Amino acid sequence: MALPLAFFGLFFAYPVAAIVGRGLKTDDGWQFGRFGEVLARPDIADVLWFTTWQALASTVLTLLIALPGAYVFARFEFPGKQLLRAVVTVPFVLPTVVVGTAFLALLGRGGLLDERVGVRLDTTVWAILLAHVFFNYAVVVRTVGGLWAQLDPRQEEAARVLGAGRFATWRRVTLPALAPSVAAASLMVFLFTFSSFGVVLILGGPAYSTLEVEVYRQTAQLLDLPTAAVLTMVQFAAIGGILAVHAWTVRKRETALRLVDPGRTTHRPRGWAQRTLLGGVLLTVALLIVLPLGVLVERSFDVPGGYGFGFYRALQDAGAGGGTFLVPPVEAIWNSLQYALAATAIALLIGGLAASALTRRGGRFVRGFDAMLMLPLGVSAVTVGFGFLITLDEPPLDLRTSWILVPLAQALVGVPFVVRTMLPVLRAVDGRLREAAAVLGASPLRAWREVDLPLVRRALLIAAGFAFAISLGEFGATVFIARADQPTLPVAVARLLGRAGELNYGQAMALSTILMLVCAVSLLVLERLRPDKTSGEF
Amino acid sequence: MSTTKKIAGAALAAALGVTTLSACGGAAEDKTAGASDAPKSKTVTLVSHDSFNVTDAVLKQFEQESGYTVKVLKSGDAGAALNQEILTKGSPRGDVFFGVDNTLLSRALDNGIFTPYEAKGLDGVKPEYVLDKEHRVTPIDSGDICVNYDKAYFADKKIAPPQTLDDLIKPEYKNLLVVENAATSSPGLGFLLASVGKYGEDGWKDYWSKLKDNGVEVVDGWEQAYNERFSGSAGGKKAKGDRPLVVSYASSPPVEVLYGEPQPAEAPTGVATGTCFRQIEFAGLLKGAKNEEGGKALVDFLISKKFQEDMPLQMFVNPVAKDAALPELFTKHGVVVEKPENVAPETIAKNREQWVKAWTALVVK
Repeated sequence: MALPLAFFGLFFAYPVAAIVGRGLKTDDGWQFGRFGEVLARPDIADVLWFTTWQALASTVLTLLIALPGAYVFARFEFPGKQLLRAVVTVPFVLPTVVVGTAFLALLGRGGLLDERVGVRLDTTVWAILLAHVFFNYAVVVRTVGGLWAQLDPRQEEAARVLGAGRFATWRRVTLPALAPSVAAASLMVFLFTFSSFGVVLILGGPAYSTLEVEVYRQTAQLLDLPTAAVLTMVQFAAIGGILAVHAWTVRKRETALRLVDPGRTTHRPRGWAQRTLLGGVLLTVALLIVLPLGVLVERSFDVPGGYGFGFYRALQDAGAGGGTFLVPPVEAIWNSLQYALAATAIALLIGGLAASALTRRGGRFVRGFDAMLMLPLGVSAVTVGFGFLITLDEPPLDLRTSWILVPLAQALVGVPFVVRTMLPVLRAVDGRLREAAAVLGASPLRAWREVDLPLVRRALLIAAGFAFAISLGEFGATVFIARADQPTLPVAVARLLGRAGELNYGQAMALSTILMLVCAVSLLVLERLRPDKTSGEF
Repeated sequence: MSTTKKIAGAALAAALGVTTLSACGGAAEDKTAGASDAPKSKTVTLVSHDSFNVTDAVLKQFEQESGYTVKVLKSGDAGAALNQEILTKGSPRGDVFFGVDNTLLSRALDNGIFTPYEAKGLDGVKPEYVLDKEHRVTPIDSGDICVNYDKAYFADKKIAPPQTLDDLIKPEYKNLLVVENAATSSPGLGFLLASVGKYGEDGWKDYWSKLKDNGVEVVDGWEQAYNERFSGSAGGKKAKGDRPLVVSYASSPPVEVLYGEPQPAEAPTGVATGTCFRQIEFAGLLKGAKNEEGGKALVDFLISKKFQEDMPLQMFVNPVAKDAALPELFTKHGVVVEKPENVAPETIAKNREQWVKAWTALVVK
């Protein structure tokens, strides 16, 4: 409990408070009158309204499209499942720059859709919503599917035997058990889309602006700290509201579930209904996720005069004809992996400790702590980044030019995911098992190792995957935090896209493809990891 | 719980140890063996935006000659990088800041983040670029934001490409131009300022409403305008962009040649030289710099012939030093912009926000 608190206090609460304070405090004390001034502006009201409704629409759409997917991934066995699970997670880590490009290629003028159907969706809300579903599909599939795979099917079978219909079983057995994870997933999707930045910027055209985009503009471009501070507080309030609603809906729902090994609950699809469901989900994944990714891959090989590896070869030389980097773009892969490892370690440690603390204690204070951990998701990267600048400037904590700042900032975003993924599973572990182990003479550590760990290992790996993936694709904070010249993959892609010329465009596509591969491979490795049961360390 | 913490702590220490080691490995490579016998305190730090670039060999030579080790910190685009310096005024992250352009100059000077320093060799810089007589900033490079055209399109249609701002509102160029959002993109702002420079503070709105009637398209950033919507660029061709006119840079055609696969004999795009706004970028010694002497040496280096001649192919900008020769790529495929539009930095600082707001209300909404 102490360590996560210290971590959040130092790297989140303090910097954000400092930057907000800069905006709201003058020599005459606090200027709360600024709230009224800013919120009365019609352009700000527009931004608030658009931010809210597009986030709601995105969340509903994502749930509609992804819940069948969660079921299929949880309960069906089919060839290529592991690979596909990694593939659907790839979008989650792609930098928005890349996703924007891919979606424009699909939905924009002369894109696939335009050629086939004659419809253009770019600069419409639909493009934004679809991109949001694309990004967040994995959040639902992984959080809900992870738990679904471990629900004991015998409970459903028992209900059926006792005469409940298919629908009643679903409503009274399955749904209550899933509710916490569905709520957690919706919450995450909502928070993500509520603070959407790159997608809105690229696909929405200049006519749409979210709160996050506005905070960025006011802080980084206009240096209008008072307005930015007010908007940040509004973001805080909104997220506080969301979290309160969330807490109220799930508080009474989390019961001890009987969790079983996921291997026991899956089966091959039987009958036409299940096969149709599987087919439908596979088609959705193909259209929504594989197609945009495929466009990028296709463009990365599309060298003049046919297809080839020309752009990939070009990535290896630094400064051929005046390169964009002091290092070859390939080195960006290595930089990204280092940052991601560090960020994952920090996020797992902080998130793991926080989740266990939350499991063991109750009360108002703990619920507040739980909500606090979620806040970084809804605070713009630029606020945190600029906060670092004015707070972490004194030795021994002059971290402004240190490389550790990047993984720290990424871990801030990763921790809530770790907590959200671990918590439902941790809470569902039956305390009596632990007590039994203690009675039988196991030390607390041994009890944890023999009882908790096997049950939460899967959640832990999923959490690690999330943290790792977030770090790989994270762009906002990485751009603002000054670093010596060690570009990460997303930063390198953005730089390449920021230059004219075919070779740069091609290299950007090639690097995006590599980023997808690195991410997919890392996720696959994580899924395969099965720590040896006899060793207590991980 | 406590034992859990211990284990977790050990795991963290191990994990951090590993990454620190690997990070040190990276750092070790930066220290070039035998570069100099200079002690470590001789590090000089340059803070800049993401577009800063220099050839390794050129930087190494400066390090050898001066005995300083240069650390480069990049933090976001030009506006964001400068605002970070303003926020950390008095306790800067480095010694020299590079990348204030004339649209942001007044903001930087008003906030007093620089120490005056007259660079050695300043008399070799074209005097029209030395905007600050107190020498708080030193000009380093210049570049022009201009409308680029797709040569093939106009050759096909047998129409002469536009050359001036006035041309762009003529009916034969209807629905051909794509520009960037002036609120979020620096070429977008530059093009808005070009119209302010040409038509004055009262006339630019009228010009833009004519442009709007003539079907100008606004997208958010340069990447999208140039690589997705413009028909003359490599990316735009692939994305089937259908706008043969785009706001970009005067150096874009040479860049298209340089990164063409294979390199074309002639640039596929041209520049409308009567549509340009000139950007000048400056560097300055930061107030409160830890290594002021090193910072001065670094500013001197930035206007030295060596660096000035390296710059064009690294950042696609023009040198400000009189004796710096342009690379062949620029002389062959580039254009000379004789009369760029100009607006005084203090006028820009005073009106920038209201202009952008008025522009947004007029063109975007």
